[in-house]
Amino acid sequence: MTLDLDKALNSMKQQLADYCRQQNLENPIVVGIHSGGVWVANEILNAVPTNEELATLDITFYRDDFTRAGLHPQVGHTNLPAIEDRHVILVDDVLMSGRTIRAAMNEIFDFGRPASITLAILFDLNSRELPIRADIVGEKLTLTENQRIKLSGPTPLSVSVMETH
Amino acid sequence: MMRSDPRALQLNEQGQLKHFLTLDGLSKDILTEILDRAESFLSMGEQSVKKVPLLRGKTVVNLFFENSTRTRTTFELAAKRLSADVINLNIATSATSKGESLLDTLQNLEAMQSDMFVVRHQDSGAPHFIAENCTPNVAIINAGDGRHAHPTQAMLDMLTIRRHKGQFEGLKVAIVGDILHSRVARSELHALKTLGVDDIRLVGPKTLVPEYFRDMGATICHDLKVGLDDVDVVVMLRLQKERMAGALLPSESEFYRLYGLTEETLAWAKPDAIVMHPGPINRGVEISSEVADSDRAVILDQVTNGIAVRMAVMSMAMSGQMQEQQTAGDEG
Repeated sequence: MTLDLDKALNSMKQQLADYCRQQNLENPIVVGIHSGGVWVANEILNAVPTNEELATLDITFYRDDFTRAGLHPQVGHTNLPAIEDRHVILVDDVLMSGRTIRAAMNEIFDFGRPASITLAILFDLNSRELPIRADIVGEKLTLTENQRIKLSGPTPLSVSVMETH
Repeated sequence: MMRSDPRALQLNEQGQLKHFLTLDGLSKDILTEILDRAESFLSMGEQSVKKVPLLRGKTVVNLFFENSTRTRTTFELAAKRLSADVINLNIATSATSKGESLLDTLQNLEAMQSDMFVVRHQDSGAPHFIAENCTPNVAIINAGDGRHAHPTQAMLDMLTIRRHKGQFEGLKVAIVGDILHSRVARSELHALKTLGVDDIRLVGPKTLVPEYFRDMGATICHDLKVGLDDVDVVVMLRLQKERMAGALLPSESEFYRLYGLTEETLAWAKPDAIVMHPGPINRGVEISSEVADSDRAVILDQVTNGIAVRMAVMSMAMSGQMQEQQTAGDEG
């Protein structure tokens, strides 16, 4: 299976521009989740009507598998502006179980109470374990059990489907 | 009693920390990981809720056999910012004074399903003894034992140096004062060596700077001017009056005249040299008020960095413990 990265990114940008206009989102804060989400957020930032710089989130300390898997290696730093009463667009590369998004939302709320959170995802996989859905989706995919999506970046950004055994 | 090597005792099979007893034998990678993790906890200060859920549901017991308000408070704050539940036990005033032995006290605390003991003890090796003798899934953190080690203090100093100087290679560091009674100096030496500092000077009177430190790779100076010449970092140690039995010093004023850090003596160091002190400071005994209150002194940064370093060490040791339980579970 081959994936069309540019098509998915362009689709996200178009939807984001429309969504911000329809919902009247004023100067939203775009937040990328380390690492892949930050790369994707960088690509789509210019489609969002905002003066804010890209914000980043590292969810290492908010994951729900600490008691099973221990500490995960840190991949980046959390860098959020004041988010109280602001509109947040949360960006990640792949939406699978929904656990990353739950952790990310928990972390965001420790910084303040945003006016709203919109979830924008590059690839939405059909394997949810939590009641979480994306508002903006680049492309919906259904993978077999031993297929994984691998995003490489930040420049050039590329994506491939890996077969695991 | 046969004692295991503390260096092996504190790592699990994957080489991750599961206790934190001494810096002796820990690799540069582990020390750097502690500093990197601590750095990310530092940025948490911007959160309106200054907590992460990492140790939620875990119980941390502060076991202080010796008083230390600052160390206990920062460990308590670190545990609370990791969302752990914290109990402070001041052993000096608890059951041990009613004759309960250390092991009986420990067994009682284990029966309360504690997950971590933070131990401060006046005897060298006490945290090591506890790590050997308590149930396998409790992480032990050394918060200072006798004259042996104070590894979190040394690591918070390393974080302070890295944040001010950027890196360790090529730095000149002077540690001044009561080296003999100082567990900080010993841990500091291990940390500086491992992180790549070659020029480490221990400065003080002969009675307080034992010769055997030469074997640990330090230069020994009894002249403050030689010791401070061109250094990047000055670590002042507290004169430990409470440990000073016998005539090791003629007088405090004599010590201040020969080894006190003042604006005049600090001028021998590099113009951008930073001044550190583990606290509590004795103004006019080892450091002048002008220096302690100047912007060269980074003493309050050390306190802030101490919380972040303790959060890093606690989360890493807890993680190592759980990884080990996982492995044991898989095998069993």
